[in-house]
Amino acid sequence: MNAKSNLRQSFANALNLRNGDEIETLEYRGIPQWNSLAHMQLVQEIETTFDVMLDTEDVIGLSSFQKALGILSKHGIDITA
Amino acid sequence: MTPALHDAPTANPGLDDLLAGTRNETILLKHLNDLTDWHRARCPAYGRLIDVIYPGFRQARTITEVPYLPVGLFKTHRLASVPEEEISVVLTSSGTTGRQPSRIYLDRETARRQSAALAHTMSRLLGPQRLPMIVIDSKGVLTDPDHFSARGAGVMGMMNFGRRHFFALDDHMNLDLEGLSAFLGENCSRSFLIFGFTFMVWQYFYRRIEGAGIDLSNGILVHSGGWKKLQEQSVGNAEFKRRLHSSTGLSRIHNFYGMVEQVGGVFLEGSDGFLHPSVFSDVIVRNPLNWQEATPGSVGVIQVLSSLPLSYPGHSILTEDLGFIVPADGAGDREKSLVVTGRVPSSELRGCSDTHAYSAAAAS
Repeated sequence: MNAKSNLRQSFANALNLRNGDEIETLEYRGIPQWNSLAHMQLVQEIETTFDVMLDTEDVIGLSSFQKALGILSKHGIDITA
Repeated sequence: MTPALHDAPTANPGLDDLLAGTRNETILLKHLNDLTDWHRARCPAYGRLIDVIYPGFRQARTITEVPYLPVGLFKTHRLASVPEEEISVVLTSSGTTGRQPSRIYLDRETARRQSAALAHTMSRLLGPQRLPMIVIDSKGVLTDPDHFSARGAGVMGMMNFGRRHFFALDDHMNLDLEGLSAFLGENCSRSFLIFGFTFMVWQYFYRRIEGAGIDLSNGILVHSGGWKKLQEQSVGNAEFKRRLHSSTGLSRIHNFYGMVEQVGGVFLEGSDGFLHPSVFSDVIVRNPLNWQEATPGSVGVIQVLSSLPLSYPGHSILTEDLGFIVPADGAGDREKSLVVTGRVPSSELRGCSDTHAYSAAAAS
């Protein structure tokens, strides 16, 4: 599994979506499932899956799937793999 | 008269200049003026209020001149500057018995600005890392994230600064001592964050652990929510800090003053024990006899100003809290310092004849 599909799975788990759902265009608070509480869940999922520690700025900045990719890349995860 | 449509600002006043710099009243005033225009153009009730209360108003030349609304209007009227479908969260104040709560309408952008601003302010205290966190509340306070109470919104907002959140209370306010020991066993050797509402921290946390030899010396306690109930037990800020420190070793304790009507623009207690505005906010204390700015040191009604709200006209609000600005000691560039002393007696500021005019204009 590559980073992108792992990330899709993290989103699906945290936001209670199916992996087949349109995930890569999601934005924070853009769908009812992605509320502030689920956001905490998502942060935890990402930290566990990729073994990274997100700082406060990351948590605030994590506002879309694309932003999440950027944050992972900043933490040294190869997102092109 | 509502400004003509072509006068309506379309670009949302970004926060970059505030996020980048130190506190600057000129920049803040520009933001507040922009927000007055923004809301006049987007919230018809607000536009009518300003036309009635401040006839001919165009621009504030000083922060003191920025028009303000009494906080009670957010209880009696639906004040929103975005269409219904753009509202993503509705916040409600706790509302003392028998009173209607405030209802504050947030869109995504305003919620984002609030989070960014709070992070900017809190990171001065906590650093960039998220810290292991004890929440002195129950998980139940977060049941409905689309309709948060003031308590839920406060907890949720602070959770961004924590990791491995441990909720220390159950729904009946019982302290989970076992869970607390487990949390401290894992986390007490480095900095950790404790957040809760002042009265709950005292009553359901401190009072349960005083004398139990629990070591919180690496903790940073951030708390908010008012002193009314503690004053009934003759506990003020100094006593609160002294007792917590002597029984748990906790020395980093910071109160903050904030409200659901202006989430994000908190006034954080500094090491001097006073509350200070963030780069996004300001405070004015007004003499309730003439509504002019009170002289430093004299108690009046607190007005709070915030550069954050875009989705509701809450950038300048007259609260129902009393307090005073600490007189400058001649040092010159010292930060503005606020002390909150209590609530306006039986609130709602009935003595002010303006209240009636405000309500009439908002209803029309």
